[in-house]
Order: sequence, then C-alpha cells, then structure tokens
Amino acid sequence: MTKSMKINLKVWRQRNADAVGNFADYTVDASPDMSFLEMFDVLNEQLIQNGLEPVAFDHDCREGICGMCSMVINGRPHGPKRGVTTCQLHMRSFKDGDTISVEPWRANAFPVVKDLSVNRSAFDRIISAGGFISTNTGNAVDANTILIQKEIADEAFKAATCIGCGACVSACKNASAMLFVGAKVTQLSLLPQGKPEKESRVVAMVNQMDAEGFGACTNTGACFAECPKQIPLSVISTLNREYLSAKLSGK
Amino acid sequence: MKLDSKIPKGSISDKWTQYRSSVSLVNPSNKRNLEIIVVGTGLAGASAASSLAELGYKVKAFCFQDSPRRAHSIAAQGGINAAKNYQNDGDSVYRLFYDTIKGGDYRSREANVHRLAEVSTSIIDQCVAQGVPFAREYGGTLSNRSFGGTQVQRTFYAAGQTGQQLLLGAYSGLERQVGLGNIKMYARHEMVEVVKIDGKAQGIIARNLITGELERHFGHAVLLCTGGYGNVFYLSTNAMGSNVTAAWKAHKAGAFFGNPCFTQIHPTCIPVSGHYQSKLTLMSESLRNDGRIWVPKIKDDTRNPNTIPEEERDYYLERRYPAFGNLVPRDIASRAAKERCDAGFGVGPSKMAVYLDFKHNLMYKYGQSEASKLGISNPDDDTLTRLGKAVVKEKYGNLFDMYKQITDEDPYEIPMRIYPAVHYTMGGLWVDYDLMTTVPGMYALGEANFSDHGANRLGASALMQGLADGYFVIPYTIGSYLSKEIHTKPISTDHEAFVAAEKFAADRISMLMEIQGTRSVESYHRELGLIMWNKCGMARNEQGLKEAIEEIKELRANFYKNVRIPGSINEFNPELDKAGRVADFLELGELMCVDALEREESCGGHFREEHQTEDGEALRNDDTHMYVSAWEHKENCQWELNKEALNYENIKIQQRSYK
Ligand SMILES: Cc1cc2nc3c(=O)[nH]c(=O)nc-3n(C[C@H](O)[C@H](O)[C@H](O)COP(=O)(O)OP(=O)(O)OC[C@H]3O[C@@H](n4cnc5c(N)ncnc54)[C@H](O)[C@@H]3O)c2cc1C
Ligand code: SF4
Ligand code: FES
Repeated sequence: MTKSMKINLKVWRQRNADAVGNFADYTVDASPDMSFLEMFDVLNEQLIQNGLEPVAFDHDCREGICGMCSMVINGRPHGPKRGVTTCQLHMRSFKDGDTISVEPWRANAFPVVKDLSVNRSAFDRIISAGGFISTNTGNAVDANTILIQKEIADEAFKAATCIGCGACVSACKNASAMLFVGAKVTQLSLLPQGKPEKESRVVAMVNQMDAEGFGACTNTGACFAECPKQIPLSVISTLNREYLSAKLSGK
Repeated sequence: MKLDSKIPKGSISDKWTQYRSSVSLVNPSNKRNLEIIVVGTGLAGASAASSLAELGYKVKAFCFQDSPRRAHSIAAQGGINAAKNYQNDGDSVYRLFYDTIKGGDYRSREANVHRLAEVSTSIIDQCVAQGVPFAREYGGTLSNRSFGGTQVQRTFYAAGQTGQQLLLGAYSGLERQVGLGNIKMYARHEMVEVVKIDGKAQGIIARNLITGELERHFGHAVLLCTGGYGNVFYLSTNAMGSNVTAAWKAHKAGAFFGNPCFTQIHPTCIPVSGHYQSKLTLMSESLRNDGRIWVPKIKDDTRNPNTIPEEERDYYLERRYPAFGNLVPRDIASRAAKERCDAGFGVGPSKMAVYLDFKHNLMYKYGQSEASKLGISNPDDDTLTRLGKAVVKEKYGNLFDMYKQITDEDPYEIPMRIYPAVHYTMGGLWVDYDLMTTVPGMYALGEANFSDHGANRLGASALMQGLADGYFVIPYTIGSYLSKEIHTKPISTDHEAFVAAEKFAADRISMLMEIQGTRSVESYHRELGLIMWNKCGMARNEQGLKEAIEEIKELRANFYKNVRIPGSINEFNPELDKAGRVADFLELGELMCVDALEREESCGGHFREEHQTEDGEALRNDDTHMYVSAWEHKENCQWELNKEALNYENIKIQQRSYK
C-alpha cells in the first residue's frame, strides 16, 4: 500500500461573516494518492471523533468542473499546481512533514460564510446583468444554418470553460474580476449569435462588476497564473476593447 | 390506486403534435398570477425555470449549491444525442426512438421515448442560439461522435465538457430571467418538505443552509428537478451533495417511486484507490470511440501493458460482441468487465481494473490520417504517435489531464485502468405523460423522474432528456393542470398546512441534532454504500437482497441511536445537511432492495443472477414483468407495489442482442 505522510495544517477558522477569524493548527495522517479534499475529510472525521467542530469548506463535483471548491493553499488559490482546482490537487504534490496554510478566498466582494467557505453570488449577478444571449425557448433556427469557423468556435469554447470559481479574484491584489468577466464577454462576442447585443452586454456586465466592489485591473497577470482553467489574459484585452468600442458608440 | 399514464390517443408519431395543439392553454394575464416552484437548477431545472418565466409565469428556483451554475449537470462530459442526421448516416427520429427503447431493454414507455426523440432536434437548435460552443468541423458545421448502443453518429459535444457548456447555456437563460425579475433564485437552499393542501402540492419548506432557518414557499405547482440518487452507493460519479431528499420527501407525501432498483453502473471510471476515497471519476463513454478495452489472456499478468504482445491480449468486448464491439451499451460493458476481473484477469494493484487503450487508434487512425493529409508517406511510429496525439488531445484533452491528475499516470503513454462505477439512476419518481407525479401539481423532470430510459440508459441521452423535459415538454404539459388552477388565489404561508409542514421538518432536524452519539454521518453513509454495492450492485440475488434489507434496517436503527452531528441548527452546518440526506438514503436503499427482489428477471442494469442465459446475458421475463414498478409509501418504510403495464404497439419486443 501507499506510504503515509504527516501533514501539519494551519487552517483559517471563522464562525460566520461577522466573527473574527484566526488560524488553528492540526496534524493529519495523509497518503500521497489522496486528494487535498480527502485529506480534509480525514481531518474532519478526526475533529468529529474528538467532539470538535469540523472545518466548513465548499466542494461538490470533486472533479474540477463545478467551480465550488475554493481554498487558498500556502498563499495560492487552488494551491501550488498550475491548471488544477483544489479538489484535483493530490497530496503527492506535498512532502511528508510539510506545514500547509489554508485560507478562504479573500475579497470584499466575496464575504466569508464560515471557515473556508465564501459567498460568490456577485458572480451570478454579473451574469444576470448581461452574460447571456437574449433568445427565448422555441425561437431558434436550425443549428447548421449558423456556420461558425472552427477556429472561432474553438476560441469561444476555450473562453467558455471558465468554471466561475473566483480564484482569479482571490489571486489579484486588487480583487479584480476582469478575467471572469472577460471570459464570458469573449465567448459571446466571438460568436455570431452574440453579436447583436455585444455592446449593451459588455457595458451592463462591467457596470455590475464595479457595483459589486471588484477592483480595477492593473495588468499583473496573477489571475491567469492561478486560473485552474488557464483562461488566457487575452480575454481581458478583448473585454477592454469591447468596452471601449461600446462606449464610443454611445452605449 | 389505479395508475393513469395519460398517454394521448393516436399513432405514435402524431401523439405529441396532437397533444400540443389540443392541450389547454393559460392566457398571458393569468400566467402572471400563477407561481411555480422549481427545485433544482441542473439542465432540467434551469431550462424549465427559464422557459416558464419567458412564458410569463412567476418562478422561484432553488438549489443547494452556492450558485445555480454548479448543479451536477455541469460534470457531464461526453455529449448529447439528437436525431439531426447531419452525418447522413441513416439517423431519424424513429431510429433514436428505437435505439433508446432497445437500449433500455424494453422497460420504458413508448410514447414518452418517441416524444423525446422528436424534440431532440430542437434542443440542439436552442443551445446553439444561446451560444453553446459545440465542436465544429472545418466547414463550420456541427461535429458528431458515436456513443454506445447505436450505429449512427448523433452525439453533439463540446470537447469533454458538454454538460458544462449546456448547463452554462441554460444557466445564462435562467440568470437573464432573474435580471428581468421573472425568476427569484434561492441558492444554498434545500427543500426539506412538501406542502400539500386538499391533496395538491402547493408549496415547499426550504432550509436556508447559511442561517439554518426554515422558510415557507407557496406555489401553484412544484417541479422537482433534483437529479439522481446514485449517491446511495456512497461511491459514485455523482457530486458529493447529490441526494434523494427532495424526491424522497415527495415520495413520503404520496408520490410513487418508479423502478427504484434500476441503476446504471458505468463501465469506464477510474478505479478505487484507497479506503479514504470520497468519490469516483468518470472517464467519458466517448473514449470508447477510440479506446479498445482489453485484459491480458494470462491471469495475474503484472507486465507493463505496453510490453504485452497483441496475441496475448483479450479484447473481450470485440470478442463477445463483434457487431458493436467496444460500443456495446453500458450495462453490458460493465458486466463484461466484472466477469473478467472476477475470473482473475483484472489488472492494477487491486486487480479490479481493465485496460482502456488508445495506442492503436492514436497511431493508426489519427496519426495515419494526419500523415496522409500532410503527404508524409511511410511515417515512422514516432511521427504517427506525435501526429495522433495532437488529434486525441483536441478530442479528449481535459479527460486525459484529469486521469493523469488523479492517477499520476500518463494515458497517452500507458493504457488507462478503468472499472465500473455507479453513475446514473434510471429509476425515480413515477410520472405520467405530463411529467406529473401521483401528487397533483407536483412534477418531476430530468434524472429525478423514471420516465424515458427503462432499465438502462444509453450514453448522451440524459442531457437530452433533461433539456427536453425543461425546454420543450413542461411548458406545454403544465398548462393541462394550471389552466384549471387559475382561480386558486395564492395561499398564505400562514395556512395551517404550511405551519404543520414546517413543524414536522423542524422536529425532525432537532431530533437528529439531539442524538449526539459517537459515529459520524459519513461513516454511516460509507457503510450503507458498501451494502448496496455488494448486494444491490452489478449482480443481485435473492439471498443477498434479503440480507441487505435486514442490514439496512439495522444500520438505520443504529444511525438514529448513535449518529453524532456537531455544531448547531441555526448556522452554516454542512454535517447537518449531510445527516438529513443520509437519513433519506437509509430508507431509499431498503426500497431499492425490495424492488430488486420483486423483479424476478434480469433487464438492463438490473441483473439477477438467477435469470441469465447460458452465455451470461440478462434474461428478461416478459410474460410476468412487462411493467413499471411504482411503489407507494405506506407507514414507516412499508411499501405497496402498483404496476403500470407496458404496452408495445410500435416496436417488436426482442431479446436484446449486440452480437
Ligand atoms: C460525471 C458524469 C458525466 C455524465 N456525462 C453525461 C453525458 O456525457 N451525456 C449525458 O447525456 N449524460 C451524462 N451524465 C448524466 C447527466 O449529466 C445527468 O443525468 C443530468 O445532468 C441530470 O440533470 P438534472 O437536471 O436532472 O439534475 P442535476 O444536474 O443533478 O441537478 C440537480 C439540481 O437539484 C438541486 N437539488 C437537489 N436536491 C435538492 C434539494 N433537496 N433542495 C434544493 N435543491 C436540490 C441541485 O442543487 C441541482 O441544482 C453524466 C453524469 C455524470 C455524473
Ligand atoms: S477565470 Fe479562471 S479563476 Fe476566474 S473564475 Fe473563471 S476559471 Fe476561475
Ligand atoms: S469541487 Fe467542483 S471544481 Fe472542485
């Protein structure tokens, strides 16, 4: 069987949004084949056995697609490996005896719910403001009447793979949401179906982003470095360009 | 109770068209006064909520995740079927209908399945209009791939993230209606009780998962779009939070449960690696397009698979099922893998795995064709591998990455090791043609209902069904009920039925919290899962099922004596949320075994060892079991069986063969 490894954890504990938080220390016996969240399951089982309160954290699919998991591990959103969510990170990326700090996303627009869990509903409100194509069910024409160049479709798809996790915001010193917003704007403005609303869309989304309290972008690229889906920085240039051209056309 | 499936009269191909043109409508001014509760925001829920809101109904939508975009539909990988016949390979509505009925081993309802095949084509149109970036060919048209159980290419896809792209499309439609004020969204809310007044569903009790408070919500109709219950097995490809709670509360409030034992075990998942394992990860069926499944011909062969020569490999699916080969339906592929492993030919540390190998197609199918395109004659193996790898990467890159991340092995270099895992539940709340349960005003859509897949679902058909139900079926069928409800004024949530339902839920939660025993919720869930997997899993028999029923009863009794839930009620408390869900699984598990015991035949994913052909195939018992089992909950986990006879008027029933 696989080796066991001793991991020292410093975990952020915070009762609720209004409470003051602090780090607590724990030790866990892990195995290199475990996922990071399975290591947290072991910790929680241990805490429950000892009559203590388990650590609250968000997770659901555990396969890197739902965007729910969200831990800042040793100062980095989703931990040390590029292109990997917290749930897909495995303990083999750490060493026996390591001390690992674990915190929630930090951003004013993402208030802590409890411990490592935060409220990201601001993202939903940005989408609700304009991150869609206005088409009602039943309106559509036959799918193959809209021809889309493969390269364009692929690029739109790449931007559309954003999982809405918020790591980009957490990684940014200004807590900017430009990578997230840029990804959606890029996807929809590339596609012919998205063109009719492209100006009103970008303005509405940017206005909502500002209203939610996300910061400005100062082009440090930290968002891209931590994005588990490697959404390219070019989506931010696209966003800026689309925004400017919408503004110039008087939207 | 007599079950009425309300299947319209007429020939199979006219039923739906005629129904749509004759169903009662609700006029626009009345729609504004009608409120609809949609529980769940996966493909079924999000598509239903947005379509109904567009029509003018007032909608409230609920999900337990922190955002509607995270429903488990997001995780679907391989694709969605539609009878578009864009490949000109002989596809048609009839063929999709036929394949689905046959794939389901003749245990689904003809009329529903035909409707599903009919609306399938509109789904693709709708999704493209929303900006879903499906894979395309160089000419700009949509691309297709093959899935199991069919001989045409009708599966539309977006790399290995089809579910994500479809859900984000449906979610954007939902959020648009939220912005327009037509939908009110309640995320991090869990439905914990149904409210019935005069026998009709008129609302729900939902728990705010952040504050722990119980809330009362009124609706003229309640739609349950709450997904499947595969997590009763603990280990499955479902998300950690997937649960049966909403459906179970509905069941206990009078909704019959259809075919609970029909579970789909998916053949290609990453095997269990340790006792701490919390979930299993699917490797999409689309991989079987290009991967060949094999085990060594010698038992306990521990050689590196790349060094095992061709003639010492057993491509057992190709051997047993030459007509469909690696693309046989899931139930068949899963049992064949189990058979090889049980016989001692399994591979990997646990010996409970088989190989899924891409080398052949990577080199000779894709590598060769790329080389021809580039005009390279006589390419060497390295060139073929390099060229083929690029193609495979584009098709399945994210799946290969995921595999590597989990196992630390590179599937471009070495065959994947895979084993079957619980994936999907064909069973679910019994619904009629309108998708209404046996409780008037309460509907079930998507994986939560039992309706379209019989005893085995074909790949890429669940996404199709979820969106069919939400976009194209419920907007019509709900009119047949709501047109009679236009005079029902919204009922105050001070009504005694709301008060009683809330008290019932509150008492149950307090009771759970007060147990304060010694065992974690998780430990019960794991133990239940093991009983289910061993005795109600890929193979079942009378003795095992009888034992399982007793074991589950004991485990349940123990749970109510000895579970320990930390924290308190009025706060964010994921352990408490989980406890409620596991409590319901502990009852559902028993019903699944009861159903499996009653069904004295093998069909689709339900394999009773007592009923098999000489070469180990499922043997149906059409004379005695040509029905849907619809279980009615009596008192305290006692159930009564109701049967809905299945009448096949269009498709000739045959012994299923993929040889
Ligand atoms: C890994 C994986 C891959 C798959 N790949 C494919 C594929 O390629 N093709 C295919 O056709 N099918 C595939 N499937 C199957 C398919 O994804 C599902 O059957 C389908 O998406 C289910 O959709 P749904 O809308 O019914 O439910 P879900 O998407 O599961 O949504 C359930 C919703 O209900 C909510 N909910 C549940 N309980 C409650 C409650 N008590 N209170 C409030 N809200 C609640 C949840 O929050 C969620 O919003 C796959 C499934 C898995 C697990
Ligand atoms: S852009 Fe990347 S980091 Fe930001 S939300 Fe999307 S996937 Fe997460
Ligand atoms: S839990 Fe879904 S992305 Fe990590």
